[in-house]
Amino acid sequence: MKRRELSAVELLEDCLGVIEREEPRIHAFVRLSEELARAQAEEADRRFSGDGQVGPLTGIPVAIKDVLCVENVETTAGSQILRGFRPPYESTAVARLRAQGAVFLGMTNCDEFAMGSSTENSGYFPTRNPHDPSRVPGGSSGGSAAAVAAGEAVFGLGTDTGGSIRQPAALCGVVGMKPTYGRVSRYGLIAFASSLDQIGPFTRMVGDAALVLQAIAGWDRRDATSVDRPVDMLSSLERGVEGLRLGLPREYFEAEGMEPGVRAAVERAVLTLERAGAELVDVRLPHTDYGLAAYYIIAPAEASSNLARFDGVRYGARAESAGNLLETYLQTRRGGFGPEVRRRIMLGTYALSAGYYDAYYLKAQKVRTLIAQDFERAFESCDAIVSATSPVVAFPIGAKVADPLAMYVCDVLTLGGNLAALPGVSIPCGTSEGLPVGLQVLAPQWADGMALRVARAYEAASNGS
Amino acid sequence: MIGMEVHAQLSTRSKMFCGCTTDYIGAPPNSTVCEVCLGMPGVLPVANARAVEQVVRTALALECEISRHTKFDRKNYFYPDLPKGYQISQYDMPMARSGRLSLGDREIRITRVHLEEDTGRLLHAGDALETASESLVDLNRSGMPLMEIVSEPDLRSAEEARDYAVELRGILRAVGASEADMEKGQLRAEANVSVRPRGSQELGVKTELKNINSFRALYRAVAYEIERQVRELEGGGRVVQETRGWSESEQRTFSQRSKEFAQDYRYFPEPDLPPLELRPDWVAQLRASLPELPGELRGRLAEQYALSKFDVEQLSQESATARLFEQTVAAGAPPKQAANWIIGNAPTLDAQRLAELIGLVVAGTINREQGVRVLEEAQASGRAPGEVVREQGLAQVSDEAQLGLVVEQVIAENPRAAADFRSGKQQALGALLARVKEATGGSANMRLAAQLLRHRLIQ
Ligand SMILES: [Zn+2]
Repeated sequence: MKRRELSAVELLEDCLGVIEREEPRIHAFVRLSEELARAQAEEADRRFSGDGQVGPLTGIPVAIKDVLCVENVETTAGSQILRGFRPPYESTAVARLRAQGAVFLGMTNCDEFAMGSSTENSGYFPTRNPHDPSRVPGGSSGGSAAAVAAGEAVFGLGTDTGGSIRQPAALCGVVGMKPTYGRVSRYGLIAFASSLDQIGPFTRMVGDAALVLQAIAGWDRRDATSVDRPVDMLSSLERGVEGLRLGLPREYFEAEGMEPGVRAAVERAVLTLERAGAELVDVRLPHTDYGLAAYYIIAPAEASSNLARFDGVRYGARAESAGNLLETYLQTRRGGFGPEVRRRIMLGTYALSAGYYDAYYLKAQKVRTLIAQDFERAFESCDAIVSATSPVVAFPIGAKVADPLAMYVCDVLTLGGNLAALPGVSIPCGTSEGLPVGLQVLAPQWADGMALRVARAYEAASNGS
Repeated sequence: MIGMEVHAQLSTRSKMFCGCTTDYIGAPPNSTVCEVCLGMPGVLPVANARAVEQVVRTALALECEISRHTKFDRKNYFYPDLPKGYQISQYDMPMARSGRLSLGDREIRITRVHLEEDTGRLLHAGDALETASESLVDLNRSGMPLMEIVSEPDLRSAEEARDYAVELRGILRAVGASEADMEKGQLRAEANVSVRPRGSQELGVKTELKNINSFRALYRAVAYEIERQVRELEGGGRVVQETRGWSESEQRTFSQRSKEFAQDYRYFPEPDLPPLELRPDWVAQLRASLPELPGELRGRLAEQYALSKFDVEQLSQESATARLFEQTVAAGAPPKQAANWIIGNAPTLDAQRLAELIGLVVAGTINREQGVRVLEEAQASGRAPGEVVREQGLAQVSDEAQLGLVVEQVIAENPRAAADFRSGKQQALGALLARVKEATGGSANMRLAAQLLRHRLIQ
């Protein structure tokens, strides 16, 4: 675009064309913001013609997960309870993209309040996997992953609480990254679990993910958990893995439900990295088995409190037929929240209740500390950890809906990264049964650049670019 | 046994977790709000450093131990005045613990001091939310910084409960943490009251008194509640653990909510706010910068100026009053006179002019009553007291020759009273003095007039 070979408006029209063709098949978006996108594209073209600052994302169309508030654009967290809600403020990550001149295509589908691993828990409709529309795209950020995989958007934004960026990236065959907790401001992200949520990019190439992260990362005075540290995602990106030690956690390779085809694809990817010069080391993450239980206490506990504000009093849907206050609360929430959200609110409420707090929430926090220590110890002998992102490939729509536990196991390889606040990238590494497999690269806290560097090295080694 | 829970709104420019103004009194409903204090989706709190400082300063004034590590917690419950469905408060790691407040020679232990956010307010058509046909929510107060100060049940009477709250108000104002005006809701006192038979060591069942919005109401509510509980127990009944409201119109407490099924607030650490570290060097700095506290001020006033207990109490209630007193003395007024004038007349003159006025009275240029008139005139006109005296010719007649003529005339015109005095009726002098005062339009130096009268009558 800088060379004026393509205008932002042309690129937008390309994307809108793909959207028109693909949407009936995959349903990645819950709503488009075409008018805004056109205005932004025109503005970007004015910048390119010398009328303002141009950055790497100027004029680039983005798909935004429906949990990130976009000023004056309906934002609903995939839930009926927020239908019609147009925030009068903007999430910091989105505001930073807007400032760079990115073009907002619309809001993408997700599991309601980001609770799920298949995008089937959306309050609207399920999104379908572009590689096989009878299958799920993963979740919860399934809409953004599918939109990027189908070429509807150049990049996407998602959120990752237990794997909600990395897992759908793996299932849709794109790059997805969850940064270190605190790297990207959560301001304006409709919270699922505050101590675990983190915003990150979906792209087709690792270098683009680094560019997006570079744009959205950095301290924000409106998020007290964001951290003021230098943001450099780009300078070490092309350094390769020569001389790096990559840890292989046995617990992750022998995870419950690991499909042989996934394991084989990941092992091939590991060999590719070894051939590229990496040294492979065995590492142990002994508390892995307890991670799932800890995660499914901490995340619902925080969610039960975060979602208390959706009471129908100030915004969103309200049950109008209720005769009194209690009925207003009950009917609004019963009608507005789907079954998975209600299940997790109940789980979390129970875990925080007097008499159960110590046995559940407090114990889960102790497990969380042990898991973080596992990683710290592992990183003493390696620079990054590689494994599968998801133990399974994209599964048929409806296959796990009746069995929440089978669905929860999808997160078993990713949620450790959230509990330990680590950066993690998922990058496509071949296929199993014709469906994409993802390779996960985890790095120590604040070593986001290292995770990207290893992913980029694999990308370069595997397709020779 | 009475324990107090006092909530004080802190004097900060912005709210506890957002940038909204704290100047909400009188503002149109829902006008001093933003997405954060409205609890909109996705917003995050950022703690107000100034509020943390105010809490630590107050806690230091209450001789508390300051926690090095402290954190915020969420207190979860549903109510329409609580926009997030939880209140950000502090549960098991308050900012300060184990302090004390002195009431004369009694020491009241402070359990803890912590920081939280205020809720919004509801307006019902009808008297209770559950049955109201219409309820309106005003969130201007939502997110105001609020400090809670909890005492041990060390207070023993309604008087002590009131004195405790008054003393606490003085401390809050002295350190500048809160304006602490009860009528404006900046200071809210709740009293936990229980009674037990004399000599018993066991605590009785307590009730929690709310809706108290003046010191007098606090006194009356506690006194009423003590009496009610004693009556209940002596009549063979029992006290139920509950929240009771104070009804100002009926001057009694009434049952609001039974506490036998305690609400479960599901406290857990606030994940949106990192734990706070209150560094000892910073705390030491705050300690060193504390102003003189009411107790210290009282001790100094009594000692330095040899004032009576009454004068000290009166002068130390407001720091501005004490300041005016000290400045007036510094400007040359005798301490006792300065105290009398300030306590008796609540002057709005500055110290310099007040001292000038007191000087005129002490020197006998004008008498006390004239002094009061000069004070009023000086306050109304903004002119100096000396100027007022000159312009209005108010200076009292102290000239012996001039006053002597008046005295002789009065004796001549009131032979009966003169005779009475001469025959030993001392009180007749008063009647004659009144005539002198009348004749001089109140400007006579009355001491001199009495002397002259006596002198002439005895001759
Ligand atoms: Zn506000």
